[in-house]
Amino acid sequence: MITSILILTLIGTLLGLMLSTVNHLLPYAEDPLIARITELLPGTQCGQCGYAGCGQAAAALIESKAPLTLCPPGGPSMARQLAQALDRPLDQSASTTTRLPSFARVVPELCIGCTKCIQECPTDAIVGAPKQLHVVLNQACNGCGACVDACPTEGILLAEMAFNLSNWRWSKPPLPNPFRIPLVALDDGLNTTPESSL
Amino acid sequence: MHEYLALLLGTALVNNVVLVQFLGLCPFMGVSSKIDSALGMGLATTFVLTLASAASWLIEHYILLPLDVGFLRILSFILIIAGVVQFTELCIRSLSPTLYQNLGIFLPLITTNCAVLGVALLNSQQSNSFIRSLLYGFGAALGFLLVLVIFAGLRERLALANTSKLFAGSPIAFITAGLLSMAFLGFSGLPL
Repeated sequence: MITSILILTLIGTLLGLMLSTVNHLLPYAEDPLIARITELLPGTQCGQCGYAGCGQAAAALIESKAPLTLCPPGGPSMARQLAQALDRPLDQSASTTTRLPSFARVVPELCIGCTKCIQECPTDAIVGAPKQLHVVLNQACNGCGACVDACPTEGILLAEMAFNLSNWRWSKPPLPNPFRIPLVALDDGLNTTPESSL
Repeated sequence: MHEYLALLLGTALVNNVVLVQFLGLCPFMGVSSKIDSALGMGLATTFVLTLASAASWLIEHYILLPLDVGFLRILSFILIIAGVVQFTELCIRSLSPTLYQNLGIFLPLITTNCAVLGVALLNSQQSNSFIRSLLYGFGAALGFLLVLVIFAGLRERLALANTSKLFAGSPIAFITAGLLSMAFLGFSGLPL
């Protein structure tokens, strides 16, 4: 057993010495900024940003080829840290389509009056009695969707609020086509605020 | 000479490491979407595979067999392969930073390419001589490179082809891999 331990230690030591020699002989000046940004990124190499790994994403971030919000696992706090480290303005308004709040809505043909949704509703927004058609009170519904999961007949669903005079807004200025693949070099369009372009 | 040539062709085509022995399928699917990175990956793996099969022969015949510790074979081979991969990474990082960027995470993952360990183990199983081990490793690596580049070329065409929605993307790539494997069966008739 001692022999095998010694052999493995010997091989490992030799390889380590060889590698550190090679590392000293071959010149490679790593950009300190890349190292710093890579340190900020999660380092799980998940590839959700579309790059092969965190190192590549860091390089793209430094060259301003990728948006600061490219990393889903990092979340908004990491995007803020990146904005600070790279000294770039952070723009998180990535969504272009206006989404209105959704309310639960009972489909009268499918509701069997089982009261299961009433028990699940956290805001008591559903009124009804056993074997009677239920109704959602829009003033109380917060659109959480708990009733949708509870309904055995798929008789309740989340429906987007209809446009009316109280919730209509001007649409945002158009951006470059967001469906272009890969999602790079969008920053110029994203970072241009309407005020500055006027 | 003829014997060595036959060995090289035999490992590269007839007993192709990917399509006939089904080793190293991870980079075969993972790095084959672009010809450039497939070529880079294939060349890096060629380097690693050849070097690792030579180094593992040396370790086996000068350390493991004289000291009668054959049970350490897999462990020490993995150690050697990890070292060689790290060496390759250092070389590529210094010589071609662009390629280093392109290969990304797949470069250190050559360590877990089972073709590398598989070839080293097959060498020790067949008790090949040093030259034969080297050629066996090189031939297997050439076969890997060839198949990777062919498959990357096919996938580049497939990306543009009008595939039905059901098969678009990975499914058609897997079907293509199967067809390619069947095509390589044809090489088994080569009179080597």
